[in-house]
Amino acid sequence: MAQTGVLVIGELADGQLSLTSKEVLAAGKPIAEQLGQPMAVALLGADVGGAAGEAFACGADVAYTATDPLLAENQADLFLSALDALCREADPEVLLMGRTAIGREVAPRLAARLGVGLAQDCLEVSVAPGSTELRANRPVYGGNAMATVSCTSSPQFATVRPKAYEPPVPDPSRTGEIKPVQVALDASMAKSRVVSVVREEAEGIKLEDARIVVAGGRGLGGPEPFEDLEDLAKVLGAGIGASRAAVDSGWVPASWQIGLTGKTITPDLYITVAISGASQHIAGCSGAKVIVAINKDAEANIFKEARYGVVGDWKKVLTAFTETVRELVKS
Amino acid sequence: MPLNIVVLAKQVIDPEIPMSAFQVDRDNRRIVTPANIPPVVNGFDENAVEASLQIKDSQEASVTVLSMGTGFSMDAMKKPLAMGADELVLIRDDAFVNTVDSAVTTRMLVAALNKLGGFDLLIAGRQASDWDNAQVPLGIAELMGASCVTLGKKVEVGDGKVVVERIVPEGYEVVEAPLPAVVTVSNELGQPRYPTLRGIMAATRKQATVWSADDLGVSPSEMTPLLNLVDLFVPSTVKECDFIEGDNEEEAGRNLALKLREAKLI
Ligand SMILES: Cc1cc2nc3c(=O)[nH]c(=O)nc-3n(C[C@H](O)[C@H](O)[C@H](O)COP(=O)(O)OP(=O)(O)OC[C@H]3O[C@@H](n4cnc5c(N)ncnc54)[C@H](O)[C@@H]3O)c2cc1C
Ligand SMILES: Nc1ncnc2c1ncn2[C@@H]1O[C@H](COP(=O)(O)O)[C@@H](O)[C@H]1O
Repeated sequence: MAQTGVLVIGELADGQLSLTSKEVLAAGKPIAEQLGQPMAVALLGADVGGAAGEAFACGADVAYTATDPLLAENQADLFLSALDALCREADPEVLLMGRTAIGREVAPRLAARLGVGLAQDCLEVSVAPGSTELRANRPVYGGNAMATVSCTSSPQFATVRPKAYEPPVPDPSRTGEIKPVQVALDASMAKSRVVSVVREEAEGIKLEDARIVVAGGRGLGGPEPFEDLEDLAKVLGAGIGASRAAVDSGWVPASWQIGLTGKTITPDLYITVAISGASQHIAGCSGAKVIVAINKDAEANIFKEARYGVVGDWKKVLTAFTETVRELVKS
Repeated sequence: MPLNIVVLAKQVIDPEIPMSAFQVDRDNRRIVTPANIPPVVNGFDENAVEASLQIKDSQEASVTVLSMGTGFSMDAMKKPLAMGADELVLIRDDAFVNTVDSAVTTRMLVAALNKLGGFDLLIAGRQASDWDNAQVPLGIAELMGASCVTLGKKVEVGDGKVVVERIVPEGYEVVEAPLPAVVTVSNELGQPRYPTLRGIMAATRKQATVWSADDLGVSPSEMTPLLNLVDLFVPSTVKECDFIEGDNEEEAGRNLALKLREAKLI
């Protein structure tokens, strides 16, 4: 019998536990309770004390920690070496991580290192009453189908799609036990090295955090119409994104892409303009509370996802829409 | 010695098929291969082929395309050759017809890579558009002890190392890693080149090397899947779209704004 019910691999953002890690703690808690075992978090970094407190407030009972200045940069090779040690120490029944930028790289490699299967990009993870078997629901074929998978090896390992779970309401009175783990790292274990970073995000509101998002697709026909969209975004205080077709056409940077291989957004309002609504696009925005579509094709799939729609030429619809919105938000 | 590049390419159902052509056989937990729609090489794997050919354009290199699957379409699988790759190696074994397990695929491909004598650079797609796993190449890097860089949009090789422009949420970063290296690439790499007529002719003449599990010295029974497919279904979505109208498109746009205001969304 494993000694930890669930081990959540935590990620730090500016020294704090990342939002996605909190969501994963929310996903793990019912599983740990079902297994009748503690939930632990693995924390790696230069200084993880603050994050441990946050993890306890979010439901973790134990924090396995590895502290080393070499872990400050989230370098995958170093992160993996430390994580491997933490996982073996914690000996979990179920191992969970967010499918974030780091998770995408680390989880598959960790699975190979541990020799276990990995259920990727899950929307739901659970353990049936009376069982210890993890059931994971994951979209496949770009979201056209859903697969339920289980793991035949131990620990049972899954990555959870960001925003699939709400983060827990933190309980600051909860405490837990910190278990430091010695990891022997040296800089030479890092095979890859980041030479430089180039930022390309749209200015203004961050797409993932925006309450309102507007996005354009191939039907806009070129880069200039995105200025019209930016205009609308400004009026609404919205973030701006795009479909992959618009990115592939070179109209906007890749960091604007929403979807399966782009960003996942969960705004209250998502306004799509000339986007057809392919399943791979919907994969990144199905968590939006309300989707609005402007598209000239009444048969476009986006209308199957949208709450409100206008069938028409974007240029005509959008100008009038933006003007009216401008008046409305002023009043 | 020319640089030894291996590209991983998987044959998949064309992801651009209309949704109406997409069918799930829930009883047998499989996707129905749509009739009359030819399979394609996974889109990101075409990006991988392109990345390898860009390197080959500027230095001495050989490009071997490696694929594991069943029911190979030679039209699809020879496209990388027509684009300019040198060799095609197919792992075909009916014992794996239903294998959708990344761990099994990883171990089979490792066996094949070893039989090929390893690689300096292995380029793969970021994920296969069928099962969207995004894990096979990373597993190979671990099992073969190669360095690993994911989500490349530009790949260059020099001085025994690979330099990759790698997509990150904020933009991209430039990463260096020593060879042998595994690199996965994304569509941001750009449109793959079209096969030339000469390339197509050359590809027609080339024979693929076909290996079975037996040829690789592995027995299917050792290859236990690490995941079980318990269920496969089409998720149901019940959403009603409220179509906003007007006498003309401009008015529909205005009415949309009013509607969103009424719903307190703006
Ligand atoms: C593995 C994989 C991953 C992918 N990941 C993503 C992803 O992360 N994000 C993503 O977006 N896509 C992704 N895709 C691509 C996806 O399948 C679609 O090809 C893409 O989303 C289409 O973009 P689009 O809707 O802008 O273009 P199209 O599908 O070409 O749609 C354009 C729309 O514009 C409409 N239109 C045209 N002119 C006008 C006009 N004048 N006025 C109003 N409407 C007009 C058309 O009716 C049409 O509906 C992925 C694909 C694969 C295979
Ligand atoms: N059966 C296969 N044959 C060849 N390459 C594969 C196979 N499966 C996966 N790959 C490679 O690994 C990448 C990621 O696949 P996956 O991990 O299955 O999402 C793909 O884009 C291919 O480059």
